[in-house]
Amino acid sequence: MSRIARATPLLVLGLAVALVLVVLLAVGIGSVQVPLADTWHIVLAHLTGSGQVDDLVADQIVWRIRLPRVLLAALCGAGLAVAGVVLQALVANPLADPYVLGVSSGSSLGAALVFTLGAGALGGLGVSSAAFLGAMIAVALVFALGQRRGRLAPTRLVLAGVAVGYLFSAATSYVQLSAAPNELRLLMFWLLGSVAGAQWSQLSIVAVVVVASVLLLVLYGRRLNALLTGDESAAALGVDVRKLRIGLLLLASLLTGTLIAVSGGIGFVGLMIPHLVRLVVGSDHRRVLPVAALFGAVYLVLVDLISRTVDSPNELPLGIFTAAFGAPFFLWLLRRNKSVG
Amino acid sequence: MELNLERVCVRIEGRPILSDVVLSVPEGSFVGLVGPNGSGKSTLLRTVYRSLKPSSGVVRVGPDDVWQMSARVAAQRTAAVLQDASATVGLTVAEVVALGRTPHLGLFDRESAVDGDVVTESMDRTGVLAFADRAFSTLSGGERQRVLLARALAQQPRLLVLDEPTNHLDVRARFELLDLIGELGTTTFAVLHDLDLAVRSCDQLVVLDAGAIAAAGPVLAALTPVVLREVFGVAASVERHADGVVRITYEAKPLAD
Repeated sequence: MSRIARATPLLVLGLAVALVLVVLLAVGIGSVQVPLADTWHIVLAHLTGSGQVDDLVADQIVWRIRLPRVLLAALCGAGLAVAGVVLQALVANPLADPYVLGVSSGSSLGAALVFTLGAGALGGLGVSSAAFLGAMIAVALVFALGQRRGRLAPTRLVLAGVAVGYLFSAATSYVQLSAAPNELRLLMFWLLGSVAGAQWSQLSIVAVVVVASVLLLVLYGRRLNALLTGDESAAALGVDVRKLRIGLLLLASLLTGTLIAVSGGIGFVGLMIPHLVRLVVGSDHRRVLPVAALFGAVYLVLVDLISRTVDSPNELPLGIFTAAFGAPFFLWLLRRNKSVG
Repeated sequence: MELNLERVCVRIEGRPILSDVVLSVPEGSFVGLVGPNGSGKSTLLRTVYRSLKPSSGVVRVGPDDVWQMSARVAAQRTAAVLQDASATVGLTVAEVVALGRTPHLGLFDRESAVDGDVVTESMDRTGVLAFADRAFSTLSGGERQRVLLARALAQQPRLLVLDEPTNHLDVRARFELLDLIGELGTTTFAVLHDLDLAVRSCDQLVVLDAGAIAAAGPVLAALTPVVLREVFGVAASVERHADGVVRITYEAKPLAD
């Protein structure tokens, strides 16, 4: 076993601890500061269902307002990073991100319609539902156009994704032009991603989808590795390439669609985190997937913290910061690593 | 294990690529598949390692139809060394070879100590153990082929198929690789582009021309001057020399009319 393979369990453990700390820290910071120890007590009291909470205001802020949003940020970060890893492997393209199959353009149109025309536009659907519906329609279209006699060819799929993306973007732009300024601001905010609207009620669905997806994908890690060596080679290793690709593309689309429905189009995380993680732990998916999930979670919790504190009490969209902080770091890492290019 | 193709036909988009191919690779033998570019050699191989389903006909490895088995069971019997593996980015040599255990492990299985031993032994047999931790992409062509052969061995196959394994290798690496394959003793079926190497190393040859078998049998019987002229378009003869090695001699004007 190589050095990095032996070090990975330690890295995973370290990131898991870091995630817990960052979550507690983020929950405590804001217009009302809550000390780390108090945050810990409040969360523990709720989790165990016992214990006294003395400070009811702090309890409201920590448990009702901040924790759902911080957890949603963590889930989105983990989900997007993992979706990025898998899509890059499935379409054999390093430029692929979770939105490569048109998910974001479809959901943007769905959201734009509801923001500008109101819930009546799509039969009473809210923004999240409309975004999810739009995402699934776009993906279905890309799948239909990207297949040829039942085979999904990666290049064709990516091109279909690009074409469908432009088509939906054109429609979204048209809708945007007819929107009132205040609607446009809301829509802009949504398009750049935000977890400000997090609620406990939707969190459980997102958590189930993200956790189940990550576990399932880790199980398929060995087969994804086989796919890295090419379709023919994977077939010779006993992998049913066609079934694997369709199944995992559907899973990744469902995952991305769910995330974008609750958080909008958070960019960069799903493109760069996978590359960043590979630079550190190599390409074996059984290492890349868990590390990417945890790293993505930590990263987005921090980014969300910045987005709501840097210009407090105003909030800024996540999409601005994910790239503003991530890109320089990624470029630095890229220059340090001699094995790339 | 024995390989048998029974009247295998492949049509792609209505165009016939292989028509009524019948061939047999006996247990323990090394059979070469030769033919001009575009004669369907790689396509034929794809039907064997279960990548392309024949339009009709049966491919048997041992007594069983490959296309009636699951992909995984088929890969427990047949391993392939292919040409397209250069895209392997970021995996180390040991990781690439460990992929050979894929067909033996289910979704929930973890690699056991036995799997680890098989991987190490495979690397040892092909002489790549020394660079187990190096990135696959940093290796030379000859080293890569030996790694891919180790991966195939890690599958513990009963049948080994190879698609132009000596392509892009320098001359020493070609001989090394074919020696290595010859020593394995596994039933081997290889597409070989290089006729000189094919006549030298193989027990039998199958000559494919425009998707049909033009000749088959022991090397000297299969590659007659007539076949060389009509299939390959060269004027040449194949003889067993005094040292026991079979060689091709091309005539002064090697282009046949």
